[in-house]
Amino acid sequence: MNCSTPSFRGEIAKLPLLEIDSLAVDYRTSRGTVHAVNDVSFFLEKGETLGLAGESGSGKSTLGLSIIRLVPYPGVIGGGQIKIDGRDIVALPEHEMQTFRGTKVAYVFQDPMISLNPVKKIGAHFVELIRTHEPNVSKKEAFERAKTVLKNLGIQPERINDYPHQFSGGMRQRIMIGLAIALNPDLVIADEPTTALDVIVQAKILDLLESLRKAYQMALILISHDLSIILERCDKIIVMYAGHMVEYADGTELHGRPAHPYTQKLLQSIPNIELSDQKLTAIPGSPPDMLNPPNGCRFWPRCSCTMEICRVKEPLLISIGRNHLVKCFLYGEKGVQSE
Amino acid sequence: MGLRSYVITRVLLTIPTLLLLLTMVFLVMRVLPGDPVSLHFEKKADPLQMEQMRHLLGMDKPLWAQYFDYIAGLVDVNYFSAHGYPNLGKSMQSFEEVGGQVFSAFPATLELAIYSMIIASALGIPLGVIASKSYNSVLDHLIRGFGTVTYAVPVFFLGVILQLIFGVYLHWLPTGLRINPSVVPPPTITGLYTVDSLLQGNFVKFFESSKALILPSLTLGLILSGIFIRLTRTNMLETLRLDFVTAARARGLKDSTVTYGYALRNAFLPILTMVGLQFAMLLGGAILTETTFSWPGLGRYIVQRINFRDYTAIQGAVVMFGLFVALVSLIVDILYAYVDPRIRM
Ligand SMILES: Nc1ncnc2c1ncn2[C@@H]1O[C@H](COP(=O)(O)OP(=O)(O)O)[C@@H](O)[C@H]1O
Ligand SMILES: [Mg+2]
Repeated sequence: MNCSTPSFRGEIAKLPLLEIDSLAVDYRTSRGTVHAVNDVSFFLEKGETLGLAGESGSGKSTLGLSIIRLVPYPGVIGGGQIKIDGRDIVALPEHEMQTFRGTKVAYVFQDPMISLNPVKKIGAHFVELIRTHEPNVSKKEAFERAKTVLKNLGIQPERINDYPHQFSGGMRQRIMIGLAIALNPDLVIADEPTTALDVIVQAKILDLLESLRKAYQMALILISHDLSIILERCDKIIVMYAGHMVEYADGTELHGRPAHPYTQKLLQSIPNIELSDQKLTAIPGSPPDMLNPPNGCRFWPRCSCTMEICRVKEPLLISIGRNHLVKCFLYGEKGVQSE
Repeated sequence: MGLRSYVITRVLLTIPTLLLLLTMVFLVMRVLPGDPVSLHFEKKADPLQMEQMRHLLGMDKPLWAQYFDYIAGLVDVNYFSAHGYPNLGKSMQSFEEVGGQVFSAFPATLELAIYSMIIASALGIPLGVIASKSYNSVLDHLIRGFGTVTYAVPVFFLGVILQLIFGVYLHWLPTGLRINPSVVPPPTITGLYTVDSLLQGNFVKFFESSKALILPSLTLGLILSGIFIRLTRTNMLETLRLDFVTAARARGLKDSTVTYGYALRNAFLPILTMVGLQFAMLLGGAILTETTFSWPGLGRYIVQRINFRDYTAIQGAVVMFGLFVALVSLIVDILYAYVDPRIRM
């Protein structure tokens, strides 16, 4: 098959649910421009799960938020395309964007303690959401639908008249998930949905998300700085470093054959994966100052395999196997000259 | 704690505060140079007559005795039930009952304060919202500039300019008094002319009293709107950055819902607190406005009486102002509890 789309696209010919092409997102701050997302491309089919992994500050949230076009000020989409059902949303007027949000793509935020309106009852959050997108639904009907959603989340429907502060963090994240799935979107983006929660609650929330995703046949983008969570639950994985997509692979492939030194180090820093004689190692150094990233590969200052070329040229994202891409000179020198 | 017991506690707590305020005014008035008697007789003073008046006013007694006489009058329940206002003593200038004067001047101040606050919030809150939503744009700078100018302009200056334009030059609006002197004021029910004339169903009086209110409340309202703009803008900017606002946008809610139902509803709490805290200062503006517009309220009463060192009148008016401030802060607290479910009682 001869096809000009990226090689990892495989044989699929029908329109994917989400297709991102050469996306760049910049924060134009007074101290300079931060290229928070750089040349990111991938696609997602209906019902698939994609994991976005990488240390904090690597651009995961920025990438996630750009899909619903809510990158915070002073962020702007600097280039590329974001196609939902084949339609590029980058230049879509804001009012059309609003009809997408919540119905087609939903977002679950990191900290449920601050994600609900403190002065609105839980029920009001649902009713307003349903009636915004389905104006013909009566208040009463929306209320009943909200109760059903709460029941499915394991929350007593009577609590619909409670205020957010009357719920625990785990409960609030359930409610946020409920709000995300209430209109049966095709894609849910969950941005560190359990990072702010107790360890015991974390797995429950992720299980809930997983079962709802299956039940409603939604696609999921799971964002986490914790690669182990993503390995457990995602079909495809993107590893981000300093705004770059440094590796892309299927979950099993990435787990079994991590290619990028950064991915390898991330895996080594996860406790108890099969290897019993494994040495736990934290990655030395810290992510670069995004206002002044290093030349060449952005990871070289922390990399144990740095070569001369890494400091001067930026590697290209190259294919090293079926659905496996890596941005590293260890796998060839087809890198482009950086300025 | 129930709302009832909360309110009762708050009311009881205002008593020591007011007593302290009263004691301070009592002492400060008497420390100031000049006293009502010498000012009354000016230079052609007859020592005997002066002595008689001093005796009449109780000023020949020791200070502590005067103080306790005054307090005793204040808590005189019989007097209160007979007159309908507390015994604040007799004016040292006109020998009339201060309680009566203060109670009839207060509604004028209240009415001015209410309409000024309406103008200030109707102007300041939307402008603050617009400024915050167009952060750092030309519009934002224009609105901020407007806020700074209105805040900085002296009351007298703005008042006189408005009087010149709309009163002297255009003859559209009266430049002073609560109602056209040829119109009999409405019968006192609340003491607010606009309300009382409506209650009476008299639209001529309503029209006349509203017309008289426009310039003074516009003056004070414009000046206060600067504070409202700044408070609203700052708090909106804070709130618009919060996660629940982004989360609301992420659900595709309409911009107006997000701005008003999410951001402003929550920004309103700190705005309310600040307004409550600054209310005493707002009354300072009311005093100046009343003077500029010959508005027969408490502020003008104080300004007039201070020249005569009318001790009792000043004490009475200051206590009344103190009560007003305490009442407003109580209302703000109750409103706060109403708006914020987290502290609802
Ligand atoms: N509002 C902002 N203004 C300026 N820079 C920002 C802003 N938000 C994020 N950034 C920068 O963008 C980069 C990516 O941030 P983010 O997407 O939040 O990363 P992650 O979600 O992976 O932790 C970071 O280096 C951060 O400094
Ligand atoms: Mg993040």
